[in-house]
Amino acid sequence: MERRTLLGRLIWQLGEVVATQPETARTKSITLNLPGWSGHRAGQHVDVRLTAEDGYQAQRSYSIASSPEEAPRVTLTVERLDDGEVSPYLTEELRVGDKLELRGPIGGYFVWEAEMGGPLLLVAGGSGIVPLMAMLRHRSAAESTVATRLLYSSRSLEDVIYRDELDRLMKRSTMLEVAQTLTRAHPPGWTGYSRRIDLQMLREVAWPVAQRPLTFICGPTPFVETAAAILVELGHEPARIKTERFGPTGEKHDGE
Amino acid sequence: MSENFFSRGFRGRRKSELSERLPPGQYLERDFPVLSAGPTPQTPLANWDFSIVGEVDQPKRWTWDEFHTLPRETITLDIHCVTKWSKLDTRWEGVSLETLLAQVATAANYVIAFCDGGYTTNLPLEEVTEGKAWVVDTYEGEPLAPEHGGPARLLVPHLYFWKSAKWVRGLRLIDEDEPGFWESLGYNNHGDPWKEERYWGD
Repeated sequence: MERRTLLGRLIWQLGEVVATQPETARTKSITLNLPGWSGHRAGQHVDVRLTAEDGYQAQRSYSIASSPEEAPRVTLTVERLDDGEVSPYLTEELRVGDKLELRGPIGGYFVWEAEMGGPLLLVAGGSGIVPLMAMLRHRSAAESTVATRLLYSSRSLEDVIYRDELDRLMKRSTMLEVAQTLTRAHPPGWTGYSRRIDLQMLREVAWPVAQRPLTFICGPTPFVETAAAILVELGHEPARIKTERFGPTGEKHDGE
Repeated sequence: MSENFFSRGFRGRRKSELSERLPPGQYLERDFPVLSAGPTPQTPLANWDFSIVGEVDQPKRWTWDEFHTLPRETITLDIHCVTKWSKLDTRWEGVSLETLLAQVATAANYVIAFCDGGYTTNLPLEEVTEGKAWVVDTYEGEPLAPEHGGPARLLVPHLYFWKSAKWVRGLRLIDEDEPGFWESLGYNNHGDPWKEERYWGD
């Protein structure tokens, strides 16, 4: 635990949807204007609450994708779960001009700020990229030169979230390296990895143990379990590896 | 917030016969999500022990084998995670904290559970005695899986599940309450799901 943050009471606030952006066939980014937003740290999440006309309510947690520098606008990237109760509404029904109730920011552990330094190792599986993207956007907005490597695993090229933006960020900063792996289908000429993450891949991509990278891993449980165990096996300090997993339901969790 | 706000076009799931078993803001989960802040610790059972330390007459320690000579209980109950999922009728086996704490004399009012990996969580002593908490090593008849806290975790089902510390190695008895890991990072100090005590100030 690197710092203790004194938080005030979290209140529900109403934000207005000012933009929506499909990212892949299953994911959509929703940008809200939140006049009362107190700011956040890259990696934190929010609780979203939906209320039906008859008063029925449902709550879920979603990672913040935008950088703190974009406040009071906050962007969430939501993956649609076919049997979900909340994510189909957010990705298919909600539109610009609608209001959305949320509270946050929540979670003071899985966070990175430029002054925490590095080198930084980010390992993402699927929509686990979302809180890590907040860190990359913060790194860029803060003009940080912290040496950073991202290893991002997706099923196919079409499932890569923020594909163009990641390319742009990488071209702009020589201190940022992005390695991608596609686990199910890869296009002709694909030069990245084409398999699930394994020891050899992490040996190639991760920083040498002696550089003591600060590591953030986010993705589905088996993915996070595998990546974290391999990094520990390679000799990385468990205390410098932070994890966040989403279960079979795909919603985000960082503490029970 | 605003009394009259509703989400245009949101209908939600109609209530089921199980709804009354779900605390406010919770939804029913059939899988068993995994949540933890870092890598899963690996402690060989030969090195595992469970200790009661702190404000006690004499610290107490059980090895894995000694722990298994203690009277065991089977418990079936509902669990509730602060990240909104609840899971009904989960079945566990382990030793009640009542049994463990009976082996020490203390005037303390609080306990801090400590774990492999450095995790901690704080609890009032009166909320972990009288059949309200266990150290469990079996889930649904199988040894508790490492990602769910195996070899042993705390089980305090009447509070949000972050209080049911994974990879638990002992209890430190203390006179004055002090926040644990998530309690220092914005989660509620108490964590009653029925009162929706999720975060500071709730």
